[in-house]
Amino acid sequence: MSDAEPVKSIVTPTRLAYEYTATGTQARFLDEISRGRILGQRCPACHKVYVPARAVCPRCGVATTEPVEVPGRGTVTTFCVVRVPSENIHLKLPFVAAHILLDGADIPFFGLVGDCEASEVRMGMRVEAVWAPRETWGPTLANIRHFRPSGEPDVAFEKFKEHL
Amino acid sequence: MDQTDGGVSFSAVHVVEYAYRRSVGSVLGRFFTELRDRKLIGTRTRAGRVLVPPCEYDPETGEAVDEFVNVGPAGVVTTWAWVHKPSAKHPLPRPFAWALVRLDGADTAMLHAVDAGSESRMRTGMRVQPRWREKTVGAIQDIECFEPEAAR
Repeated sequence: MSDAEPVKSIVTPTRLAYEYTATGTQARFLDEISRGRILGQRCPACHKVYVPARAVCPRCGVATTEPVEVPGRGTVTTFCVVRVPSENIHLKLPFVAAHILLDGADIPFFGLVGDCEASEVRMGMRVEAVWAPRETWGPTLANIRHFRPSGEPDVAFEKFKEHL
Repeated sequence: MDQTDGGVSFSAVHVVEYAYRRSVGSVLGRFFTELRDRKLIGTRTRAGRVLVPPCEYDPETGEAVDEFVNVGPAGVVTTWAWVHKPSAKHPLPRPFAWALVRLDGADTAMLHAVDAGSESRMRTGMRVQPRWREKTVGAIQDIECFEPEAAR
């Protein structure tokens, strides 16, 4: 063996490139978000509103029928503080990744919370979407850069405990 | 965006990618370190079988194996499959064979690429030798591929 440092590890690059095609309900969601609207879909049986819109209610197993637009405003149900950098996220460390129950939705939506200290984020906090500049909008959730505190009073835990 | 059947669809290429760093331990670590020096080694079990690539434990008995032996560098193709259209991830940009190569002095065979030029030159039992890269780093890719022994 040479005098050089012995090999202790190897790097295996893992890469998967695939073409994804969204159709139907999912495509409508992407079409709407490219115009700055967030689309949900209501289940005809349990009346729950899924956001992003999905074609089938996972609980009832029936096709969802009614499109419902929800606002970019909601309540943080649960969250975590991220202290590890990620190259596709523009927020400064530490930032918060949260589940946000948009008003009128029955399932939380994933969003980053910025424009405040990570330590200020709490369950029940009201937030609103910060959209990317309109001219950059495309059929992607990246149109919503992040959420920021809206300044409204917190929501009591009892009001969203079913949606964790 | 496509408009088909009155509906809307979107297609995009999604890439999932990360570099996975794996610690190799003392035995494979030694194997990779020797590769960097353009040498091939295996481990010898108590029963005398030589395992290449080396194993930390005897697969027959589970006993720890710590005797290293030099093998190769040439060997014999024990089985192979021809790749007509290499993908971007393959080790060679032209048609080649994936082969199990039993290096001289070894009792097990190791998977590697054989650059034989054409499928008609491939034979089970053919002798092959490693083609080393100019710059070695301590990885299995330090062997660019194997090639028919008569090629040199």
